[in-house]
Amino acid sequence: MTQKKDIGKILRQFGLVFVALFIIVFMSIKSDVFLTSQNIINILRQISINGILAVGMTFVILTGGIDLSVGSVVAITGVIVGSLLQSGTNWFLASLAALVISAICGVFNGWLISYVGFQPFIATLSTMTIGRGFAQVYSNGKPYTISDPSFKVIGQGYFLGIPVPIILLVIFCIIGLVILTMTTFGRYVFAIGGNMNAAKLSGVRTQRVQLMVYVMSSICAWMVGLILAARISSGQPTAGESYEMDAIAATAIGGTSMSGGIGSLSGTIIGFVILGLLQNSMNLMNINSFWQQIVKGLLIIIAVFLDMRTKGKKA
Amino acid sequence: MGGKYILEATGIDKAFSGVTVLKGAELCIEPGELHALMGENGAGKSTLMKIIMGIYTKDAGKVVLDGKEVEFKSAREALDAGISMIHQELSPIPEMTVAENVFLGREQKKIKGLPFVDKKQLNQKTQELLVEYELDQYIKPTMKMKNLNIAQIQMMEIIKAVSYNSKVIIMDEPTSSLSEKETETLFHIIDNLRAKKVGIIYISHRMEEVFELADRVSVLRDGQFIGCVKVADASREQLINMMVGRELEGGYPTNTAKKGAVVLELKNFTRKGVFEDVNLKVRAGEILGLAGLVGAGRSEVMRALVGYDKLDFGEIYLEGKQITIRHPQDAIKHHIVMASEDRKELGLVLCRNIKENVSLQNFDKLSGASFIQKPKERKLAKEYTEKMATKMNGIDDLVSSLSGGNQQKVVLAKCLMSEPKVLIMDEPTRGIDVGAKAAIYNIMIDLAKQGIAIIMISSEMPELIGMSDRVMVMANGRVKGELEGEETASQQAIMNLAFGGNEQ
Repeated sequence: MTQKKDIGKILRQFGLVFVALFIIVFMSIKSDVFLTSQNIINILRQISINGILAVGMTFVILTGGIDLSVGSVVAITGVIVGSLLQSGTNWFLASLAALVISAICGVFNGWLISYVGFQPFIATLSTMTIGRGFAQVYSNGKPYTISDPSFKVIGQGYFLGIPVPIILLVIFCIIGLVILTMTTFGRYVFAIGGNMNAAKLSGVRTQRVQLMVYVMSSICAWMVGLILAARISSGQPTAGESYEMDAIAATAIGGTSMSGGIGSLSGTIIGFVILGLLQNSMNLMNINSFWQQIVKGLLIIIAVFLDMRTKGKKA
Repeated sequence: MGGKYILEATGIDKAFSGVTVLKGAELCIEPGELHALMGENGAGKSTLMKIIMGIYTKDAGKVVLDGKEVEFKSAREALDAGISMIHQELSPIPEMTVAENVFLGREQKKIKGLPFVDKKQLNQKTQELLVEYELDQYIKPTMKMKNLNIAQIQMMEIIKAVSYNSKVIIMDEPTSSLSEKETETLFHIIDNLRAKKVGIIYISHRMEEVFELADRVSVLRDGQFIGCVKVADASREQLINMMVGRELEGGYPTNTAKKGAVVLELKNFTRKGVFEDVNLKVRAGEILGLAGLVGAGRSEVMRALVGYDKLDFGEIYLEGKQITIRHPQDAIKHHIVMASEDRKELGLVLCRNIKENVSLQNFDKLSGASFIQKPKERKLAKEYTEKMATKMNGIDDLVSSLSGGNQQKVVLAKCLMSEPKVLIMDEPTRGIDVGAKAAIYNIMIDLAKQGIAIIMISSEMPELIGMSDRVMVMANGRVKGELEGEETASQQAIMNLAFGGNEQ
C-alpha cells in the first residue's frame, strides 16, 4: 500500500517534469532553432515575467486566497517609474517610490481581506480595477518613454552573460522557496490555507500572515513592473493586462489547490516553465495565438485533473 | 387501518462507523398528541429523528406511518408522506416573500408546463393559512422573509409544515430562540394542530415546557429507549432519573495528584448575550469538570479565555498575577492551552501532516530567527506523539488519515508541547472509541500528577463524575452551582442544575 502511495507521489511530483522533458525532446527534433542558446535565453526571458508573478501568487493561493490585482500593480509601477525618470529622478529612488506604492496596494488588499472580511476575489478585483484606472489617470493614458540607461539594465542588461531578468527570477524563486519551506511563516501560510480557525487557536497571527502574502504578491508585481518597463523602455498604463491569469494558471498547473493548504512552489516553477516552453514551441511551429490559448486552457484542465486523480488515489 | 398510533418507530438500531448510536430505540405517537422526546446530549434524539425523516438509513427496526411500513430515502419523501420537521436552525430565504418561502419548490404555475408562477394564488393560499392560525395581524404573505423576526420565521416554518398537510410534525427545540410572549403564540398554534389530530414530536430541554405542554414523554439514554410515561403521572425527578439513570461504568482512573495552589482564576467573565459573570478557580493537579447542556456557554467561556473569541470584560489571574489575553498566541505564551472539541473545525489542519500540526503551536521552541530547526522539530514531534501512543506510520502521515482517537492524541501532543500550566479539554473523548477513551483518561491523570490544572468540558455524565475532582454546572451562560465529591456530584444533582436551577 505504501508502495502505491509512493508511485502516486512520484507521478504527481515528476509527472509535470516528464511533460516538460517531452516538449523539449519533441521540439529539439522538430525544430533546429529550439535548442539554440538564443532561443533558450528567449524562453527564460519570457518566463521571468510570469514566473516572478507566480511566486507571489503561490503564496496567496496557498492561504486560500487569490490576487487579481497584480497586472494593475505592474502598470502602476511602470507609470510611476516612467514619470519619475522623465523628471530626472535617480533610477534607484524612482524604483523605491514605485515599491512603496505597490506595497500599499498589497496592504490595501490584505487589509480588506483579513481585517474587513472581504472575499479575496472581490477585494483584489476592486484593486485591479482601481489600479488600472489610477495608472491611466496618472499618465493621462499616455506611456512615458524611458531613456535612463542604468534603469534599462533591469530589463535589458546582462550579468555574467545572463540576462538580468533571469537572474531576478532565480533570486525570487530562491527567496520564495526558502520562506515557504524553511521558515515558520511558510508553515503559517499552509496552516491558514488548510484551516484558518485551527491556525488561530494554535496562536498563529492569521490576520497578519494573510496581509503579508498580499504584500508579497504586490512586491513581485512591482519587480515585474520594473523589468517590463526597462525592457520596452516605456512605462505604459496598459502594461500587464491579464498577467494575473497566467500566474494563476502556472500555480494551478503546479498542483496548488485553489482552496489553499496544499501545494508547493517547486510545482509552480515547473508550471510556469511548461507554460513558457509550450508558448515558445507553438510560436516556433507557427501556431496562431488563438490556438495557443486553447492549448493553454486544455493544459490547465489536464494538469488539474491528473492532480485530483493522484490525490484521490492517495486518500 | 393501523392501530391507535399515527407513527410508530420500533427497534431502531443505528451505528456510525462501528460506534452504536441507537439500539432498540422506540417512539410511538398518537394523533393529536404532543409527545416530548427527552434525553441528555448525545442520547440519540437527533439521530432518531433523522432516521424517521429519511435523512439517515436505519440498520434495523421499522417505521410505521398510519399503519403502513415506510422507508424514506430522503426528507422530501417523508415530507410528501406527511412527516415534516422544524429544525432548530431555520433556513429561510431572506430575499423571498413569506408566500414564496412557504410554497418553495411546489409553486402553482399559471399555465401548466410553463415556468410562470401564479403569485396571486400563492399569496391567497398563504393568507388562508395565516388567518387559520391567527397570524394574519402580524404577517402578510407579501412581506419579505428578512423583515420577520426570529419568532415569526419560526411560525412560518410551522405554517410551512402545516401546509404540507403533515400528519406528524417534529419540532426540535422550537422555543430556544423565542421570548415568553412568542412562546405563547407558538403554544397556541400547537393547540390548534392538536385539534386537527396532528401528532407532534417535541424535542426540548426545558422541563417546565414539557410539563406544561406534553401529553406523554419518551426518554432516550445512550441510544436506548428507556420508557414512555404520561406527563400527568410523572415528576421532574422521575424524568431526570430516566435520563441519567445508568450506573457509572467503572474504569475511571482516580486522580491521586496532590492539589496545589490556585493556578488560574477567572473573575466576572462576561460576553454579552453569550455568558455572564462567570467566576472560576482551578488548582494545580486538579481536574475541574464543566457541566451543562449544549448551548450553556461552557465552550464559549473557554474560547474567550484563550483569546479566540472577544471578551466584553473579565479578569484573568495566572498564579496570582493578573494577565491579559487578546489572542490565542498570548494564551500559549502564558501556557494556557486549549484542546478544542471540534477537531476538524478548530483542532487540526487536516490536509497537513502530523509533524506540521504538532509544531504549528510550538515554533518558539523549534525555531531560531523564524527559521525552523527541522531535526529538532522531527525529534520533538515524534517524541510527543509517541508519548501519546498515537497509532501512525510516522509523523509524515496526513492527519486526515488518522482515526478520531488518534487525531485527538495529535491535538494533545500539540498542546503538551506547549508545556501547559492550564489545559482546557473540550469534550476530550467525543467520537472516540472505548479503548482510546481509556488512554485519554490515563493521560489526563498523568498530566494532573505533573501539576497541570485541567479544565474539562464534557457532556457525558459518567465521564464528568468519574474524572472530575470538582464539577461546575452552567446553564444559559451562567454558573448555576459547584459540586464537589462523589456524594454531592451525582448525575441527578448535576442535571437538576443544568436544567436551570434548584427549583423543586
